[in-house]
Amino acid sequence: MLNRRNFLTAAVGVAAAGGLAACAKEDDSSSSSSSEGGSKAITLGFSQVGSESGWRSANTDSVKEAAKEAGYTLKFSDAQQKQENQISAIRSFIAQKVDVIAFSPVVVTGWDAVLKEAKAKKIPVVLTDRSVETSDESLFVTLVGSDFTDEGRRAAKILEKVLEKAGHKGPVKIAQLEGTTGAAPAIERAKGFKEVMDADHKDDWKIVVSQTGDFTRAGGKQVMAAFLQSNPDIDVLFAHNDDMGIGAIQAIEAAGKKPGKDILIVTVDGVKDGFVAMSEGKINAIVECNPLLGPQLMEVVKKVKDGETVERWIKTKESDFMQDQAKEALPTRKY
Amino acid sequence: MTTSSRWRALTHHNLFWPVAVLVVLLLVNVPFTPDFFSVGMTNGHLHGSLVSIVLFGSPLILVAVGMTLVIATGGIDLSVGAVVAITGALACSYISDQADQSALSAVLLAMGIGLLAAVICGLWNGFLVARMGIQPIIATLIIMVAGRGVAQLITDGQIITINSKPYKLIGGGYWLTLPFSIFVVAAVVAVTVVLTRRTALGLLVESVGGNAEASRLVGIRSLRIKIMVYVFCALCAGIAGLMISSNTSAADGNNAGLWIELDAILAVVIGGTSLLGGRFSIGGTVVGALVIQTLTTTIYTIGVPTQTNLVFKAAVVIVVCLLQSPKFRAKVFGTKLGAKFGAKGGGKPAAAPAEPAAATEAAPKMEVS
Repeated sequence: MLNRRNFLTAAVGVAAAGGLAACAKEDDSSSSSSSEGGSKAITLGFSQVGSESGWRSANTDSVKEAAKEAGYTLKFSDAQQKQENQISAIRSFIAQKVDVIAFSPVVVTGWDAVLKEAKAKKIPVVLTDRSVETSDESLFVTLVGSDFTDEGRRAAKILEKVLEKAGHKGPVKIAQLEGTTGAAPAIERAKGFKEVMDADHKDDWKIVVSQTGDFTRAGGKQVMAAFLQSNPDIDVLFAHNDDMGIGAIQAIEAAGKKPGKDILIVTVDGVKDGFVAMSEGKINAIVECNPLLGPQLMEVVKKVKDGETVERWIKTKESDFMQDQAKEALPTRKY
Repeated sequence: MTTSSRWRALTHHNLFWPVAVLVVLLLVNVPFTPDFFSVGMTNGHLHGSLVSIVLFGSPLILVAVGMTLVIATGGIDLSVGAVVAITGALACSYISDQADQSALSAVLLAMGIGLLAAVICGLWNGFLVARMGIQPIIATLIIMVAGRGVAQLITDGQIITINSKPYKLIGGGYWLTLPFSIFVVAAVVAVTVVLTRRTALGLLVESVGGNAEASRLVGIRSLRIKIMVYVFCALCAGIAGLMISSNTSAADGNNAGLWIELDAILAVVIGGTSLLGGRFSIGGTVVGALVIQTLTTTIYTIGVPTQTNLVFKAAVVIVVCLLQSPKFRAKVFGTKLGAKFGAKGGGKPAAAPAEPAAATEAAPKMEVS
């Protein structure tokens, strides 16, 4: 009896405090941005995933800067990697009658209800960076972002080059560090990589272990340490982002192996620390995933507001980097 | 007869079930990784699954030990994860500003700054719980929610990477062929055990957890004891924060120590400490934390598919908790055996702290008014 009462009190308390915190966050961002915009300026509601990595902060900064430059009123909300926060942020954008809603979905599914609410109020929705799965294609106008499946394909293609350069012969045992389970980049990068692998390297490549490292360094390090125990003969590591790769490098070094030589490493993203590791010879290749999509987003927002038709998917401009390009590219990395 | 009575004594020991689960979990790995128990030397330090479990489990053990004392007073501390993030963020951002990141004095100062922040968080929690009479779960929730924001403010939302040899030692370095973190954990656990079991402090903590108001009436300064355990818990979390950031040589305000409070509470429960307060077992908590870390490592080494990670974890935790329930054991292992278990490990201890807990809840209110 007592147990239950205590628990209920606690649960109510948690809910209340959580709600308060969410409100406070919302207020902060809108009050700071409302002073900037004029009366006729486009109001853009933007819900960010969180600030889980250097990549994400660069993405946030790019959007904020581009909005300021374009003279839009930006209502920014940080979802702290929780879908429920993001849904409530979008609802509050709808209530505030913003002109356009843009958001970077935390996970792929579960958006139909809130997107229908936006559609009912005739507020166009633009996705950035990540896509969603919906039953109704008209629920969002366009996606500004990277093609994660293609990043996976590019990672596999660049791995061919890396293997050739390292002079690796025979079968290739691959360890994969996946991103957060259920997140689009994790699913699609794995899919793209497997696509190329199944098509061109069915016999010689094999993913021997694959596990999520939650896109974090600590995760990458811990999972890689376990991989090296269960499969000491791993040839290649494919990490879904640089941070997990950097964590894995530390685990590989602790196990007495040389990252970049004993185990070849290919990562995705291209954050500054990733390039630092690559210039030290610890990462063999990086597939870039460009976060600086603010200016492209603002262009699209303007077009959408003016009622112009836009492409369903506006892809960001990206490139691939091998180790010998690392030193040269390092000073130009902004994030 | 003697063997059966010995067996009974063994199964009745409060560490029996947690240790049994730990051993079973470790053995599960063997068919998948035949050399799971082998420990080799690489680069002059020991290396192997067991070493990784202790190395990666160290922060959790520390946090859980601090949490044990808080729970023993009938409280709970949800803010430890945020304290981990704040401590790591402060220490790393201080070191990253230095010209010479490997200067010992700078590293020590950075750790001092981090731990000071942790102590302040602990004082705040203790103040709210003991002086203001706010329920612990709500009081500590404040820092849990706000603290991560503070950590992100300190790191400016970025991951701060540092390159400092002395700082690397505490969470990722080796000493005498063993991970240095083992020595830190051993020291903290030893100090805690000596302070709580060789002095009256442990008894005072338990008595405050049993009945705060009665303790006050017999002359125990229960408010002071309460503030002390929250400070101690935050300090443990602070050391864990230094370890986590040192392990990856980076401060990640967003992810460092994320959900560690829940794992720590789980470790305390697996270790046999009652959430109602009034009794605790530091040894049980250490084993509980090792069980959780072993479970995590097991998931990685036996290749549980990513999507089913959490389900697997949940299933194991449910089994562990059921095994610890005397009623469940009585039902499954039969009435005769159950009666034996019930006689000592049964309903009594579970029921006994329930009454004082009611008083614990009422006590702060009385003090306020």
